[in-house]
Amino acid sequence: MPIFLWLFLLIVLPHIELFLMSLKYENDMGDMVWSLQNYGEFFAEEIYWLTFIRVALYSILVTFLTFVITFPIAFYITKIVSVKYKGFLIILLLMPFWVSELVRVYGWMILLRESGVINYFLQALGLIDKPIEMLYNDVSMIMGLVYTSMLFMVVPLISSLDGMDDSYIEAAHDLGASKIVIFFKIVIPYTAPGIVSGSIVVFMLTLGNYLTPNLMGGKNSLWFTEQIYNQFIASFNWNQGAAFGFLLLILSSFIIWLGLKLTKQNLTKALS
Amino acid sequence: MIKSLPKSKFYDNGFKIYVVLFYIFLFSPLVITCILAFNDSDFPTLPWNGFSLDWFFSDTEQRVGLFSDSANLKSIWVSIQTAFFVSIFSLVIGTMGAFLFEQEDFRFKQGLYFLALSPLVIPGVILGISLLLATNSAGTFVEENFGFDFSILRPSFWLVVLGQFAFISTFVLLVVSARLKKFDKSLEEAALNLGASRFDVIRLITLPFLRPALIGAGAVAFLMSFENFNTTMFLIGSDTTLPINLYLQVRDGSTPIINAISFLLIISTSILAIINLIFTKKENSR
Repeated sequence: MPIFLWLFLLIVLPHIELFLMSLKYENDMGDMVWSLQNYGEFFAEEIYWLTFIRVALYSILVTFLTFVITFPIAFYITKIVSVKYKGFLIILLLMPFWVSELVRVYGWMILLRESGVINYFLQALGLIDKPIEMLYNDVSMIMGLVYTSMLFMVVPLISSLDGMDDSYIEAAHDLGASKIVIFFKIVIPYTAPGIVSGSIVVFMLTLGNYLTPNLMGGKNSLWFTEQIYNQFIASFNWNQGAAFGFLLLILSSFIIWLGLKLTKQNLTKALS
Repeated sequence: MIKSLPKSKFYDNGFKIYVVLFYIFLFSPLVITCILAFNDSDFPTLPWNGFSLDWFFSDTEQRVGLFSDSANLKSIWVSIQTAFFVSIFSLVIGTMGAFLFEQEDFRFKQGLYFLALSPLVIPGVILGISLLLATNSAGTFVEENFGFDFSILRPSFWLVVLGQFAFISTFVLLVVSARLKKFDKSLEEAALNLGASRFDVIRLITLPFLRPALIGAGAVAFLMSFENFNTTMFLIGSDTTLPINLYLQVRDGSTPIINAISFLLIISTSILAIINLIFTKKENSR
């Protein structure tokens, strides 16, 4: 029974309320009426839907980059390094992610900014004359997002690679397959469930991230969550904010559903 | 390609270099943050002006160290309290959920299970605004119909606890479920046959079996709550939690006091992580 209370009061009901609020609009008389005006606003203002599309594409890019960067690490840890170091490398890998995201972002800020540590070294080495601003652009923001989400990709990858029997690779090698063929025909299909569950979580976290784009992104790298925040806190237009929130929810559900469909997976299995 | 196959030197070394670079990438922001907490400077950057504990202990006009900064200390305390309540509540509900979905069968089980996992794919910001909207409407409703202000429904300490609890329970549920799957039900049956009461069985058989999972889930719940930003941001009242407080300071220009806080966070979470790790290893090898 408490489970029902938890799920209905804290999950289902608030999201129904979100949807209902998004359909209410204050008309010229100052009365609240049912209307699609909040959604109309979204499509009418270029900055809203452009941000929306950009954030979706960037999140896909971040998910892909995270996979490309962490896969070799997962492979190295599970298949190449000797068992002696394996545990140690995994602990080392997990350690930074126990620390708050804010601390990690702050670390990057003091490394990258104009008066930051990297600029100090570059100047001391005489490589540059005056400091370069490396923070506050799309590249630094994407790097920050990848850094923040790596853990959620590498853990499922390690566990699915761990379950893979080395003899598959050996057999393929003995039959004359090249490394590239082995990689695409054996390793990738075998780890597909791990890749899918990692990607879902990374995508969702990137899409819903607020801190990293806000602190590391520039003036032009507005994130959709920042739009929602602005509607709620700055403009105090909760109905507009609710519409944005609902759109973001639809987007994340849709892309996750698409990813599952394309790889023929099922949500309950992919997440547990 | 793997240990048992012939490999080229080039491939092997290339891999090693990549791994080393990756770990440098992983640790550089944290290491630099820690080091600069001890720099004798007014800004969190190089050059190195010598070792100093000012940003922890000093209490002068120019430099207010962490232990004299009441706003930061208070937010740490608020975060600890929040995390404490959230982990207790989510442990109870998450464990109950794990039992429900692992051991019972009922109509709509699939649907309900899907719902229980849904917080994993709902962005935290959305959960935050949904709860804000719903509790606000409920609060207004209560006030208009019963004429009193139900303070838990306004942005406040307890609303933050409620919001974090809503999604952290799911993580507890997953961790406990995983352990419960390995549980041999015949142990419970044997105890029941031998005359133990239902309550005794849970206390003496089931809970001890689940202990490592409960401790692990509790630690994860505590940390997740302690660090949560996205959901908390919308539900916060006057009691600012540490992540929100830090965020405001970082955004509006920073002093090395943030490095000092970060240093303490890094050290304490690492210790917690290591304890948790040793503990689970011990339990597993038994």
